[in-house]
Amino acid sequence: MKLTIQVNEGPYQHQSADSAYFFTKAALEKGHEIFRVFFYHDGVNNGTRLTTPPQDDRNIVNRWSELAKEHNLDMVVCVAAAQRRGIVDDGEAQRNGKDATNIADGFRISGLGQLVEGAIQSDRLVVFGD
Amino acid sequence: MSDTKKFMYINRKAPYGTIYAWEALEVILIGAAFEQDVSLAFIDDGVYQLTKGQDTGGIGMKNFSPTYSALGDYEITKIYVEKESLEERGLTLDDLQHLVWEDEDEDWAEKDSIRLVSRSELADVLATQDVLFNF
Amino acid sequence: MAMLHLVNKSPYDACSLDTASSIMKGDDSLLLIEDGVYAAVKSGKAAARLAGLKVSVLGPDLAARGIGEDKLIDGVTVVDYAGFVDMVEANDKVQSWL
Repeated sequence: MKLTIQVNEGPYQHQSADSAYFFTKAALEKGHEIFRVFFYHDGVNNGTRLTTPPQDDRNIVNRWSELAKEHNLDMVVCVAAAQRRGIVDDGEAQRNGKDATNIADGFRISGLGQLVEGAIQSDRLVVFGD
Repeated sequence: MSDTKKFMYINRKAPYGTIYAWEALEVILIGAAFEQDVSLAFIDDGVYQLTKGQDTGGIGMKNFSPTYSALGDYEITKIYVEKESLEERGLTLDDLQHLVWEDEDEDWAEKDSIRLVSRSELADVLATQDVLFNF
Repeated sequence: MAMLHLVNKSPYDACSLDTASSIMKGDDSLLLIEDGVYAAVKSGKAAARLAGLKVSVLGPDLAARGIGEDKLIDGVTVVDYAGFVDMVEANDKVQSWL
């Protein structure tokens, strides 16, 4: 089964970022293909490398980065939502005159077309949100 | 991918209190370029998105409600509004924008985009879809 | 064609379960996750809304909230994340009632 996962909420605020992660991980362990994980609305905040969660709590951002690295996942942060919320890569920093970047490893910023394409190309779209 | 999929964008949240209504529209507009078989559904508080007379000056937010009337230009012609959700909220079709599309095959005749359906009819429509988007 | 309905909100907080349970049809399945699991507790008023439906509950979310399986209404299947994945595969599409 080819899956596209949509994550609508940021890390820690809502459990959906965690649920999406565990679902994605379970799907991979079962041998399914994750076509794309698409982060929308506050979900783009899963893609900042600047979080410092307490030592005794899970590191949601790093968890995504590690899963992406292990399984070569395509994790896309929506550009429009990212611009609104301040998730920035080199390209965005240059285009919009920002003096810093904060995108975490394994994430890339791209357009909403990536979500639509994911829905077209995948067998299932699973949305996690509030 | 040669086959067209039936895409349903489901809207259940009121506008302005959260960003979901607006950011859903952004997906819908971008998605229109992908030439799938698109429908929209407005249910629960989603019906509030379509009301007339929205004036956001006092809350400092962009009034995006005119965007709904442009949906016809994006070839979005099937907008399902659920009766029970309207009734629960004391609304009628008259409270909603009159959304239309122009049928090229009938000399650009203006047709209603909004299809008022019962929950049970909407369930039947949902069952025929391939992909369900939620925000 | 059957649909998998996901409800993640407490029935005492939001109308998601009301809408989902009244729109489900035929062979559709309901999976309660996150705060949605509270609906399956038999002593709660919301449990009545699940009558006649194919209901599953995500075990890790039950355990997190201290809900023992003995507290659930009869006929509910408890699944883990692997079971969640299987349910997505077994149904044609997924409706997330956010």
